[in-house]
Amino acid sequence: MTATEKTIAVADPVTGPTGGRRSGGVLRLLPAVVVLVLLALVPFVVDPFGTSTLSRVLVFALFACSLDLLVGITGLPSLGHAAYFGVGAYTAGLVSIHVTAEAPVPVLAGMVAGGLAAATTGWLAVRNNGVFFLMLTLAIGELVFQLAQSASSVTGGSNGLFGIPAVRIAGEPLTLPGYVYWYVLAVAALGFAGLWTISRSPVGAVLRGIRDNEPRMRSVGYSPFRYKLAAFVLAGAFAGLAGGLFAAQVRLVTPSEVGFELGALALLAVILGGAGSLWGPVLGAAVVVLVRDGLGPSLDGHGPLVLGIVFVLAVYLLPRGFAGLAGFGRLTARTARR
Amino acid sequence: MTPLLELTGVSRRFGALTAVDDVHLAVPAGARHALIGPNGAGKSTLFKLVAGSMPVSAGTVALDGEDVTGVSEPGRARRGVAQTLQHSSLFLTQSVAQNVLLAAQRRHGSRTSLVPRRQRAARERVAELLTDVGLADRSDVPVASLSHGERRQLEVAVALACEPRLLLLDEPAAGMSPAESRRLVDLLRALPGEVTVVIVEHDLDVVFALATSVTVLHLGAVLLTGTPDQVRASPAVQDAYLGAGREALFTDTAGGGRRAGGA
Repeated sequence: MTATEKTIAVADPVTGPTGGRRSGGVLRLLPAVVVLVLLALVPFVVDPFGTSTLSRVLVFALFACSLDLLVGITGLPSLGHAAYFGVGAYTAGLVSIHVTAEAPVPVLAGMVAGGLAAATTGWLAVRNNGVFFLMLTLAIGELVFQLAQSASSVTGGSNGLFGIPAVRIAGEPLTLPGYVYWYVLAVAALGFAGLWTISRSPVGAVLRGIRDNEPRMRSVGYSPFRYKLAAFVLAGAFAGLAGGLFAAQVRLVTPSEVGFELGALALLAVILGGAGSLWGPVLGAAVVVLVRDGLGPSLDGHGPLVLGIVFVLAVYLLPRGFAGLAGFGRLTARTARR
Repeated sequence: MTPLLELTGVSRRFGALTAVDDVHLAVPAGARHALIGPNGAGKSTLFKLVAGSMPVSAGTVALDGEDVTGVSEPGRARRGVAQTLQHSSLFLTQSVAQNVLLAAQRRHGSRTSLVPRRQRAARERVAELLTDVGLADRSDVPVASLSHGERRQLEVAVALACEPRLLLLDEPAAGMSPAESRRLVDLLRALPGEVTVVIVEHDLDVVFALATSVTVLHLGAVLLTGTPDQVRASPAVQDAYLGAGREALFTDTAGGGRRAGGA
C-alpha cells in the first residue's frame, strides 16, 4: 500500500498538492532516487549487450519525454519530432569529430542545435492546431530527413555519419559499454529532471491550461502562441539532447534517426505510456525499444507487428496508458481512505 | 471624466445578418451596468467585441480613453478586461484551485518561470477568492466533478483573479439555484468600487438588484439606456423585451405598441 502510494506520488507531477511542502517534496523524490540507484547498478549485474540495450532505452525515453512535453502537456501532437533528435545527433557527431569529444560539449551542442532548429521551424508550426499542426510537423520532419540524406558532404548522406570518436571525460575516452551507460544515464537523468521541473513550473501550468482550453487562456490574458513556441523550442532542445546522447552511444548517425519512423515510434511510446505524465512515456519507450530491438530479431523482423498488437491492446485496455493505471490506483486508494 | 468603456458606432455583421448594429455606449468607471434584451439581441456578440475575441465590423472600442479596437484578446485582458462566458469555459482536467491560480499567477509574477515556485501571494489570493465565491472547501476537487452552479461560481473566481478593471459577466446566474444566485449578487455587490461591471443577465431580479444603469438591446441596436426605474417604466422596453407586443396580436389596436418598439 505505502509502496504503491509512493510510486504514484512521483508518478503524477501534474496534479500535485497546491502547497509547496518541502518535506513532502523530499519524500516524493525518494522513489526517483531509488530508481536512479538501481539503474546505476545495472552494469554490475547485466551483460554488455543488455547494458547497451538499456542505454538505448534511456536515450529513446528522454526523446519520448521531450515529445510528451509537446503532446501530453501542451496538447500539440507532433509527427516530426525526430527532426530535432536528428539535428541534435548530427550536431553532436560533427562536434565530436571536428571540434572536441570532451564530455558535455557534444550533447550540449546537440541540445542547442535542437532548440534552434525547433525555434526556426516551430515559429511556423505552432500557429496551427490539431491536424494542421500534425501535417506541418510531418512536412518539417520530411524536409529535415531529405536534407540529411542529400547534404552528404556534411552528414555522410545515406551512409550516415560514421567515425564519431568515443566521448572523453577529462581526456579519457569512454569505450566500455558500462561507462558509456553511466554517461548516458547521468545526462538522461538530468534531462528528465529538467523536463519534470518545467512541467511543475508556472509555465508548465500555463501549457496545461492551453491544452485544456486555449480560448479561455487567451481571455485570461495569456498569448498562447508564445507559450506554445516556448514549449516547442524546449521540446526540440531536449530532443536534441537525446540525439546528442544517441551519437555518443551508437557513434553512428544515419538519416533514419531523423525520419518519420522514429518520430512515430516516439509518439507511440508517449501514447502507450500515457500522455502528459512524463514518466509514463519512459515506460512506453522501454516497451517500444525492447520489442523492437530485443524481441524483433528473434521474430524475423516482425517486431513492428508485435508493437502494433501491443498498441491496439493498449488503446483498448489502457486508454490513458500506463500512467492511467497509476491514476486508477490512486483513485482506489483515495476511496479506500474515505 | 473619460468613461472606462466607450463603444462608438460598434457593429458586427455575419454576412447579411447584423448582429450588433451601430452601438454607442459609455460606461463610467465604477458603474454596475446591465445589458438586457431578448434572445438574439446581440448581447453576447457585443461582449465578444468588447473582450476582443471577435473583431468588430465597424466602430471603435475604447478602454479608459485608449482605443483598443486593434488590440488582441490577451492584450485587452492584460489591460484589465476579464470575462465570464455564457457557457462555462474552464480547465477541466485541473483542480479548482489550479484553475484560479492560472489566472492569478499572471498578476502575481512568476508566470514565465520554468522552475517550480511557491507563488505564495498568488496562492493566498486564490484561497481568498475561493472563499468569496463559496468554493473554499472544494479547492482540490477536479473541475470535471463540479456541479453546474459551482462551475459558474468558479468562472467568477477565475475572472476576478485577473484583477480586472472591467468585468464582463455573461449570464453568470444562468442555471443557478435561487440561493446560489443570491450569493452571487452579494459577491458582486461587495466588489470594490473601482471595478466596473457590465453584466448580461436574463434574471431581472439579479439585474435590478445590481445595476445602477441598464442598456436594452433589441435586434442588435440600443433601444434605451437609463436607470433601472426608467427602463422598467418604458413602454418600448416592455414591448420589445417583456413581450407586451404579443398581446397586440390578439387585440384590435393594430400593434400600436409594436411601432413604438421598432422605433
